[in-house]
Amino acid sequence: MPLNIGVLALQGDFQEHRAVLEKLGAHVTEVRLPHQLEGLDGLVIPGGESTSIVKLANRYDFPDALRRFVDEGGAVWGTCAGMIVMASKLVEPELEPFSLMDITVSRNSFGRQVDSFETDIPMDGIEGGPVHAVFIRAPSVQEQGEGVECIAKLDDGTPVAVRSGKLMATAFHPELTPDTRVHELFLRLTAGELSPA
Amino acid sequence: MATSTNGTANTYIDRVREPRWLNSEDAEVGSYAVKSGLAQMLKGGVIMDVVNDEQAKIAEDAGAVAVMALERVPADIRADGGVARMSDPNMIEAILKATTIPVMAKSRIGHFVEAQVLQALGVDFCDESEVLTPADHEFHSDKWAFKMPFVCGCTNLGEALRRIGEGASMIRTKGEAGTGDVVEAVTHARTVLGEIRRLQQLPEMELMTAAKNLGAPYDLVLWVHKNGRLPVVNFAAGGIATPADAALMMQIGVDGVFVGSGIFKSGNPAQRADAIVQATTHFDNPDIVANVSRDLGEAMVGISSSELPESEQLAKRGW
Repeated sequence: MPLNIGVLALQGDFQEHRAVLEKLGAHVTEVRLPHQLEGLDGLVIPGGESTSIVKLANRYDFPDALRRFVDEGGAVWGTCAGMIVMASKLVEPELEPFSLMDITVSRNSFGRQVDSFETDIPMDGIEGGPVHAVFIRAPSVQEQGEGVECIAKLDDGTPVAVRSGKLMATAFHPELTPDTRVHELFLRLTAGELSPA
Repeated sequence: MATSTNGTANTYIDRVREPRWLNSEDAEVGSYAVKSGLAQMLKGGVIMDVVNDEQAKIAEDAGAVAVMALERVPADIRADGGVARMSDPNMIEAILKATTIPVMAKSRIGHFVEAQVLQALGVDFCDESEVLTPADHEFHSDKWAFKMPFVCGCTNLGEALRRIGEGASMIRTKGEAGTGDVVEAVTHARTVLGEIRRLQQLPEMELMTAAKNLGAPYDLVLWVHKNGRLPVVNFAAGGIATPADAALMMQIGVDGVFVGSGIFKSGNPAQRADAIVQATTHFDNPDIVANVSRDLGEAMVGISSSELPESEQLAKRGW
């Protein structure tokens, strides 16, 4: 049985995630309303504009539905804007995230678009060399709660990928590169093939 | 390999022949991957024209993915006449400070110094726009020379591929800005998408002649033939005024929409902005589009684009 994975399709690069997950054999559906979470094993929250995603999600009571989805054992992976909306707290107060994971996140942590960059970073749980990471107006993790493990950081020590149980968040965009290893990691996490972090 | 003035990105041939992600110098700032990547993040979203920080906040609160900072919306540029130029840096900076979403601003076609100024201000995206008075009758700016990404207008596939060849990271239809009439945006989107479908069907030996006829770089014609889409994100712009207009463009097959004069020239901007954002996300859900279309108040007055004399048709600008 293929895994049923949803991609939150309110706004952002959800089609890129969909293409990679389908290539890896998952059954993928686009989620625009909360009832579409039913029957899913895992959910990807894509890159995009976090304010747009949060406002569109609040409109249809997504935050409660997402917290229920996590409580019932669903796996969730957020990339960039996805990491921001999963956080329990943001350094910048104007947006209220969904509190799916016990992390404090800073939005646009590296500056404006002209400061966006690419780099190679090693990632725990991924074999075969570092991951090529694309950072676009990217966030970073400022504080991690108990049980949250940092699985990738920049040379200066800034945490840019974290994991806690079946939850994962990356500040960068594996969906924008042809390397499918991070998506494979999320599918293994969803299937319960990884030991708890 | 050509190197641009800031030491980044190269020519389109390097980027199109070799997948952009192979180019992985460490911590490369302002590379083509991060420029076109920002456009990817805007997909499924609405970009709104704003003339001050107050409007920028309304746009952000409504869920806009970016704002376009400009002194006058296209409807007013039409009404005022005269030469339309880049906006005052103070006005752009006020909007950069007021919002957390990306800020775009317009340069005149071919006015690469206006673009240099916008990059120096920290603008996230430059629109080399036919809405402003062109500064060059023959040439567009060299967009590879910037670490700030560019969006450019087009009316057909050849024009889109010429702009991408010059380094544009995002394409939009020109439509007919400042009219509130969606027909030109529909025409341009259908033309581009139809020409892409046609290229896909051609045998490879006919592609060089197709490139000649389109007036487009051969490598990009080959890429479109193989992939069946533009190599960058493709938005609709120019005349979108209602939630149904936005959903129409999304169903035709664009990645997102720009709304210029349509929001802040209408009776209830905050509500209309919110409605257009929702209709763009739920473009294939007529129940939601119907709901958000209720009681929006006056739409912008509008000008039928077929009644515009040729000298006032902005879509004719650009080469």
